[in-house]
Amino acid sequence: MSMDQNTPQPHQSRPPSPESLVPSPSTGYVHSVETGGTVDGPGMRFVIFVTGCPLRCLYCHNPDSRNLKDGKLMRAADLVAEAAQYGDFMKRTGGGVTVSGGEPLFQQAFVTEIFKGCKEHGLHTALDTSGYLGRMVKKELLDATDLVLLDIKSFDPATYEKVTHKKLAPTLEFARTLAEIGKPMWVRCVIVPDLTDNLDDLGRLADFLKDLGNVEKIEVLPFHKMGEAKWEAMGLPYTLADTQPPSPELIAQIHEIFRGRSLSVV
Amino acid sequence: MTSSAVQNTTTSNATQASPMNTPSFKSSKWQRQIDVRDFIQTNYVPYEGDDSFLATPTPRTQALWQKVLELMKAETAKGGTLDMDTSVISGITSHKAGYIDANLEQIVGLQTDAPFKRALMPFGGFRVAEDSLTAYGYEIDPLVREIFTKYRKTHNEGVFDAYTPTIKKARKAGIVTGLPDGYGRGRIIGDYRRVALYGTARLIQDRKEQIAQLDHKITEETIRLREELADQIKAIKELEAMAKSYGADVTRPAQNAHEAVQWLYLAYLAAVKEQNGAAMSLGRVTTFLDIYFEHDLAAGILNESEAQEIIDHFVMKLRMVRFARTPEYNSLFSGDPTWVTECLGGIGEDGRPLVTKTNFRMLHTLTNLGPAPEPNLTVLWSERLPKPFKDYCAKMSIETSSIQYENDDLMRPYWGDDYGIACCVSAMRIGKQMQFFGARANLGKALLYAINGGKDEVSGEQIAPAFAPITSSILTYDEVMAKLDDMMEWLSGVYMDALNIIHFMHDKYSYERIEMALHDRDILRTMACGIAGLSVVTDSLSAIKYAKVKVIRDERGLATNFQIEGEYPQYGNNDDRADDIAVMLVENFMSKLRTKETYRHATPTMSVLTITSNVVYGKKTGSTPDGRKAGEPFAPGANPMHGRDKKGALASLTSVAKLPYECSQDGISNTFSIVPGALGKTEGDRINNLAGLLDGYFGRKAHHMNVNVFQRETLLDAMDHPEKYPQLTVRVSGYAVNFIKLTREQQMDVVNRTFHRAI
Repeated sequence: MSMDQNTPQPHQSRPPSPESLVPSPSTGYVHSVETGGTVDGPGMRFVIFVTGCPLRCLYCHNPDSRNLKDGKLMRAADLVAEAAQYGDFMKRTGGGVTVSGGEPLFQQAFVTEIFKGCKEHGLHTALDTSGYLGRMVKKELLDATDLVLLDIKSFDPATYEKVTHKKLAPTLEFARTLAEIGKPMWVRCVIVPDLTDNLDDLGRLADFLKDLGNVEKIEVLPFHKMGEAKWEAMGLPYTLADTQPPSPELIAQIHEIFRGRSLSVV
Repeated sequence: MTSSAVQNTTTSNATQASPMNTPSFKSSKWQRQIDVRDFIQTNYVPYEGDDSFLATPTPRTQALWQKVLELMKAETAKGGTLDMDTSVISGITSHKAGYIDANLEQIVGLQTDAPFKRALMPFGGFRVAEDSLTAYGYEIDPLVREIFTKYRKTHNEGVFDAYTPTIKKARKAGIVTGLPDGYGRGRIIGDYRRVALYGTARLIQDRKEQIAQLDHKITEETIRLREELADQIKAIKELEAMAKSYGADVTRPAQNAHEAVQWLYLAYLAAVKEQNGAAMSLGRVTTFLDIYFEHDLAAGILNESEAQEIIDHFVMKLRMVRFARTPEYNSLFSGDPTWVTECLGGIGEDGRPLVTKTNFRMLHTLTNLGPAPEPNLTVLWSERLPKPFKDYCAKMSIETSSIQYENDDLMRPYWGDDYGIACCVSAMRIGKQMQFFGARANLGKALLYAINGGKDEVSGEQIAPAFAPITSSILTYDEVMAKLDDMMEWLSGVYMDALNIIHFMHDKYSYERIEMALHDRDILRTMACGIAGLSVVTDSLSAIKYAKVKVIRDERGLATNFQIEGEYPQYGNNDDRADDIAVMLVENFMSKLRTKETYRHATPTMSVLTITSNVVYGKKTGSTPDGRKAGEPFAPGANPMHGRDKKGALASLTSVAKLPYECSQDGISNTFSIVPGALGKTEGDRINNLAGLLDGYFGRKAHHMNVNVFQRETLLDAMDHPEKYPQLTVRVSGYAVNFIKLTREQQMDVVNRTFHRAI
């Protein structure tokens, strides 16, 4: 290849060679990008999956992005330039850029760079996070974030710990912080039968969210096993192999719990 | 009026024949000359509302559709063909009137005397006509055989009399293939609306005046034109007689909506009785018809339910069009397609949307009668289409996967605002333009010929001239490109020679009298060439340029396998390094076609379209330097190769949108398959995202998109349990098919294509 690797190529989506990069706030580890995502925020989105995650969820569907070094080192500026190429699609569908993972807050400075770049291009930004690292989130990142997709894996501390191997409290604290500053938030709950489907817990979660005032939408996500193959490929034990997806009746029942608190739910 | 069917109609009271006193339409130049577009522009009313006015099927519609479904089921049970005519040579007046149930049918007319009985059409080629009978266990009448082998020459025979040895070799090797040299070329759209608007008496009068003007300078060209015009008049008279057998007097203009649909359909029926063309498209009739519907609704002689009933019955007839075809034909164009393509939407040159309520009624047949591949509903998309129409189209796509989209904002500057689509993606001004259909050249093979010095990698035969082969072990881009350029120059020449012969002979032995009768006298002809294997060659060249490709030669010394070391950018990921190669190939081949002389001074054009033949082309082509193994299918049309578009939907679409329409004016087909969940979580989200996706894609000057929305699992289940999915429709390159009618190989090809899904 004859082109200078250090020259940014805004009209190309060429990944820079890792050797030319050193870790810094303007670079970070990325698993992959998806140019037409519609399930991580509104409209059609450019979704950046970053690597590194402090949680170890039983049903993790991206176990191959848990470790930082699972990813390729990329420049924030290159990702922004690539995302901006799809600005027309995003604007026509009310979409934007989502950083998902992994856990985006694991690489906060990098994500902040990406979002600031997106805002310069007028692109909507969504942060898809578990909130576990919420305590360390800086104002600079929140200022550049239009929407937080907060994954609350259970409202029962013991269950939360069983699912994620971490504490629940930081996530709820982060939710309150976001409420205080009026940051729009979508809350996502994965329903795993016999694990996170306790209706009383979900009822308490709904009460909590209703009082926050910044929750625009609840997304009830039925557990699926799409990640199972990745676990197998990585030689990791997948403990939910025998768990079946929740029944449509159960999902409808859960919807009612949120709807009953005047929360918008899908 | 003698036919019970016509007497049954809701509106048969208007029978006064008074040519220029048709319902009080606004007058304009359409009355002085044959000008349907002017009639539409002067009289139509755009509709900017939503779908809430639409009516459910009437009991009559339900009963009739049930009968049609039963016949279709019987057809499938009999191996795909219900009945065939073995002795009557099909023509406009060859059969007596046929009905499904005369008491129920609001729109009448069948190709033969019984529903789903396939007509015998030997003028394109006797062998093909005979083989298609034999394949289904029928035997041709010996008298017909005698006539067509002893007394009457066919198109096919003419072509082979004139083919050069080089053409025959190229054809046999499959570097040019799918040529319409043994079957009807199709891709001509008669302006069937003219019969409804003017009545045939006026059309004959018009033709007579034109012949009268051709009375001096009797050159070969004039002689041909005089003969053609005379044949056209005869065909129109046959249409009159055929219509009369159904109780319709088409000599006069239609007086109301019901008659307008009936007249128009009878004109179309005459075409499909006369020609077994590869694509027998309808054109752009719905907005024209809407003028009649609006008139009758306003006059109180029709209500919405009755209006929908007429459209539903019309569409049933269009869904019933059948041709006798051979299994080989089916492997090229699988699923028994007829390409009754109808265009909806679009924007007029004055900026008013051409969307009418009847556009909605047409799409609504997918609800009232269920999804179906025919008519091939094609929405001419513009950013300026009314939002409720965009949303309704998106909704129907999501529910039925039965709609394709083409970029009106891109095509209007070329073809105006009264063009239709022939077959899949070929735009032509209705009644003012036709094309000489040219199937396609196999660029994947051309690349291998470039490497192998013109020898075929499968047979080992010298097909192209013996250019020096590449002898190095590692391929270099510059050397391969230089040789590919030579090979493409040779290929474009052989290809054009073949097409010139084919269309000379088709005009001579299987002339489309009725379709051409419904054109202007002087028309634009295009020579519609095509290419297959664009993504294979693009990725191959990219691999050669950006990775290391080592040639493995067999004992004949031919490159039959390749080893790739390293990664290379692939077409379909919005990476200019690969996409620029695709653009270069399109520009390059088109520039070569432009230098060739064409029959009847046709303008060369090109398409990037494979229909379902990407499977057959792949089968005939050896391993390619992109890593594709010998025999594996190509990607359809302009699609990236299966599974190589790794960055998701928008990157994939953006790559395809880079292909230049100015160098591919016969169309650039892209089939987009997505699982419902990947379009959004709620119905509203999915509609919003699909409509926005179309806006964005076409905003980038992309040409065409088939939209499939379903789960791969549904297809797999349908392969095992076809009986559960009688109406499962999937869009393939430029048309739609009943999934269960595809060959298993082609079903697998559809299943294996990239399904964009959520991560």
